[in-house]
Amino acid sequence: MKKTFSESDAKITRDLLPRPLDKLGVLWVVVLVCVCGLGLFAYIQQIMNGLCVTSMRDYASWGIYISNFVFFVAISLVGSLITAVLRLAGAHWCTPITRIAEIIAVSAITFAALIIIVDMGRPERFYNLFLHGRLQSPIIWDVLVISTYFIISCFLLYLPLLPDIKILIDETKHDPDKKMLHKLYCFMGSFWQGTDSQVKKCERGINMLCVTIVPVAFSIHTVTSWLFATTYRAGWDSSNFGAYFISGAFLVGSGAVLVATYVFRQIYHLEDYISDIHFDKMGRLVVMLAGLYAYFNVNEFLVPAFKMKKPEAEFLNSLFTGSFSSVFWFAITIGMIIPIIILVFPKGRKPVPSFIAGCMVVVGAWLKRYLIVTPTLLHPFLPMYDCPPEFKHYVPSWQEWSIAFGSLAGALLIITIFARIFPIVPIHETIHEAHEKHNEHK
Amino acid sequence: MSENSTSRKDFLAGLLTAGLALAGCTTKSNPFEGLSGEGGPTGKKVKLLSVDGEIVEMDSSCLKPLPEIPPVDNDQERVGIPGKKFIMVIDLARCGAVKNCQKVCNSTHQLHGGQNWIHVYPMKEADNASPFWQPTNCMHCDAPPCVKVCPVDATFKREDGIVLIDNTRCIGCRFCMAACPYSARIFNWNKPEISEAEACKPYSCESSTPQKVGTVGKCDFCPDMSRKSKLPHCVTACPNGVYFFGDLNEDSVTNGAETFRFSELIKDKAGYRLMEELGTHPRVYYLPPVTRNFPFEKGLPAGEKVELG
Repeated sequence: MKKTFSESDAKITRDLLPRPLDKLGVLWVVVLVCVCGLGLFAYIQQIMNGLCVTSMRDYASWGIYISNFVFFVAISLVGSLITAVLRLAGAHWCTPITRIAEIIAVSAITFAALIIIVDMGRPERFYNLFLHGRLQSPIIWDVLVISTYFIISCFLLYLPLLPDIKILIDETKHDPDKKMLHKLYCFMGSFWQGTDSQVKKCERGINMLCVTIVPVAFSIHTVTSWLFATTYRAGWDSSNFGAYFISGAFLVGSGAVLVATYVFRQIYHLEDYISDIHFDKMGRLVVMLAGLYAYFNVNEFLVPAFKMKKPEAEFLNSLFTGSFSSVFWFAITIGMIIPIIILVFPKGRKPVPSFIAGCMVVVGAWLKRYLIVTPTLLHPFLPMYDCPPEFKHYVPSWQEWSIAFGSLAGALLIITIFARIFPIVPIHETIHEAHEKHNEHK
Repeated sequence: MSENSTSRKDFLAGLLTAGLALAGCTTKSNPFEGLSGEGGPTGKKVKLLSVDGEIVEMDSSCLKPLPEIPPVDNDQERVGIPGKKFIMVIDLARCGAVKNCQKVCNSTHQLHGGQNWIHVYPMKEADNASPFWQPTNCMHCDAPPCVKVCPVDATFKREDGIVLIDNTRCIGCRFCMAACPYSARIFNWNKPEISEAEACKPYSCESSTPQKVGTVGKCDFCPDMSRKSKLPHCVTACPNGVYFFGDLNEDSVTNGAETFRFSELIKDKAGYRLMEELGTHPRVYYLPPVTRNFPFEKGLPAGEKVELG
């Protein structure tokens, strides 16, 4: 009996250990680095010349940087959903995807912070936020909650990693090729012995973090929604905004987890560990969340559309039938309606269709963030007059696109590098659960 | 005592200006040219008031131009001019969209590239109502939404009612622009088109110059002019006397030529404020466009048709 255990343990370890990048992986990294490099080049141009290299002007004073920021904050919320909410709810099926969710959260929140600095007219004065920060400004609230969320997320990534690091240390001990990695693992977790008291402390720590991260996660996106909702503008002046943002955030995060889970499963051949069950459960979750988000969308658009107050009317008409209507209906359709239709059927919750639905959710969500920021700014209370004609439209410049895609590539790069160094599916927990299952069986 | 010394200072300054004007009457375009004191006495005498109250005569070579330094420091600029509550009244019946206000405002505040602090909007209140021109600058709200959202106290409300921006502190997040319902704020997307010498001058929140790239700007009610007991540039530039500027504590507003009791003017002509329902409490009042001095079309640029807001 003992022998079969150790054999199956060794197989799990072998299957889940991080592996060097294959040719496709190297190509992927090279592409990501190039996109990041282009973004960096564009940012240097922006630093040299000012924000005039963007297409933002006095009316569209925020653009795709801010929508990208909202997108990143939104997608990062999934870490708290999968690791904390589902864990506290006792949903054990999510064990293999917790780390995927958590690394998405950490990389997304990192780039949310970076992109907001990119958007600043005077990034070198960032320290003023600490020197002269005023608590009454929602931006300060955002700075506080995002940094808190970042720290908690890092710990939620790190603590469950400790037992795996012990395994990694043992595995890389005698491999001269992996000397550097071995050193890194030792630095990160050589103190971990796996003793009962350590395990107990770690468990308690994770539980505490799971409880604290839920209100913090709600805060980050609610506060982000308040950056808009605390103003008077048509389309932003809404008491629905917090809930609307949170539901949308959980949806896009879950969509991203579906995509990432599928990709990792294909690349690392994790079919034994990430099975159809996971896609089935995640698919159900996405259907529920898409329904919830659709509900808040109805509230957000139908109620003001019923009244058609004058400032709102122009804004809403531009979304429903005007210049933004094609993007609007496209985002609604591929961000909510089609994913629900795909995932509501058991056949749609198989890996491939769920992957496609996940991609749709993510793309739809990005466009939705664009629609939250730009159309409102282009419908001010007073007419757009006495300004150069280009101020009345907003089409992002190549620098903005490069920086936006550079940041997205950067987030993917963090996830890729992480998966290269650490097991993306928790080894120790998988072994532990296999043992438990075996004992139950007996 | 302090009042006395102020008036003496004013007198001195007045004399000095007169002296300079005299010097300016010569063929030289720069009155200070060759008068730096290094070239020896020029033989030209200028009358001045000494600190003892005597009128003295000195050689013009002893006169030196004062470098333009802000009269007060940043801390005082953030407090405001004591005892004042600045207020503006815009008479819509008089506006024919001449836009001299805009031109002079742009040139004194170093605005370029089609950006304006003063917008003159074609407006129409209702479908069958007739159109009118509405000059709009910063409303200097008493509950300013822009100040509420500024994370670094770069835009602030002063005791004299003025909302100003400190461009040396602004981080360029543009949250204030999103918050302002009056579209009063603009952003320095480009580097300001000013000479090196201009750019090196000491910055003052009250003059809002020299402009800084990557920061927000807006109408500042020209407190630098108020410090000199002068009216804002838009008020003096307007040929039709549209703008009235004044002090609520004194209950008077003036456009330079006419002076009114503010409370009576607002009562008699049914003054109102923009977007009262938002609760921003603007300090700029409007007089409705009744019995207009100019037909609306006169203000339209040649051949242009506008969509009315």
